[in-house]
Amino acid sequence: MRIGVVTFPGSLDDRDAQRAIRLAGATPVALWHGEHDLHGVDALVLPGGFSYGDYLRCGAIASLSPIMAEVIDAANKGMPVLGICNGFQMLTEAHLLEGGLIRNEAGAFICRDQRLRIENSSTDWTNGFTDKQEITIPLKNGEGGFIASAETLARLEGEGRVIARYLDVNPNGSLNDIAGVTNARGNVVGLMPHPEHAVEPGFGPDTAAAMRSGIDGLAFFTSVIERSLVNA
Amino acid sequence: MPTIVVEVMPKAELLDPQGKAVAGALRRLGKTDFTGVRVGKRFELTVEGPADAALLAEVQELADTVLSNSVIEDVTGIFVLEAAGETR
Repeated sequence: MRIGVVTFPGSLDDRDAQRAIRLAGATPVALWHGEHDLHGVDALVLPGGFSYGDYLRCGAIASLSPIMAEVIDAANKGMPVLGICNGFQMLTEAHLLEGGLIRNEAGAFICRDQRLRIENSSTDWTNGFTDKQEITIPLKNGEGGFIASAETLARLEGEGRVIARYLDVNPNGSLNDIAGVTNARGNVVGLMPHPEHAVEPGFGPDTAAAMRSGIDGLAFFTSVIERSLVNA
Repeated sequence: MPTIVVEVMPKAELLDPQGKAVAGALRRLGKTDFTGVRVGKRFELTVEGPADAALLAEVQELADTVLSNSVIEDVTGIFVLEAAGETR
């Protein structure tokens, strides 16, 4: 399976996402924001970072990039798309996901290992988890407060489209402790914390077993590979 | 050369952490007359030709779709800035 990672001016975690894809067992393909070419990939990751310096609104200018026309088209046809952090912001700006992300409630940039509960283990990117599974992956954002109108929020909750919720502490003021959501079809997922930073022992969050041994993020990437094998 | 101004504010019902931080600073300075501060954005679009109705309609469209995100913000004003001053 070939999974594309789009690099935008200001992307930070594109290489980490490529590495996570490789460790999960797929082939990462580097894609460039200025092209109109997805190079025949089977799935897409929009990585974290500060595309275009977060000017205008986080992810807003990136969502208007040339390649986003192809990304939106592919997503609407069912291609799995994962947006992490800044990528999540791009997906909301591109209207592939509902809701929006605003500055953290406390006004500060937050960086910590964050405990989450998986709320929907049926999407293309979360089917490798068990329902209600609790995981820990790094979180690092300045504008991660998820908001939506009361009506949209009720629909997202009612349709099981909240895929992960913050546990212990709500780091950014997100409504209903929402850390990630999906679209109706379950192929597009946006997640504020960073699974790509918890994929290899020695480089992940601390666990009870050993320092930096946490690899809870890997299942996001193995999920999409498993799903592609089932569908093949 | 006319300039078209677009003003965008965070939605009234949303917490505005930036405004809250400024309000906190004013309070610490002893400026107690102000019960709230909200921080928004102002865009200035300069054009060569006249700011006619067709152009203003296009600016309205851009204000709604690019310059603001209706999930989190409202467009609160669009007006033409003349050399002599602002006219709404």
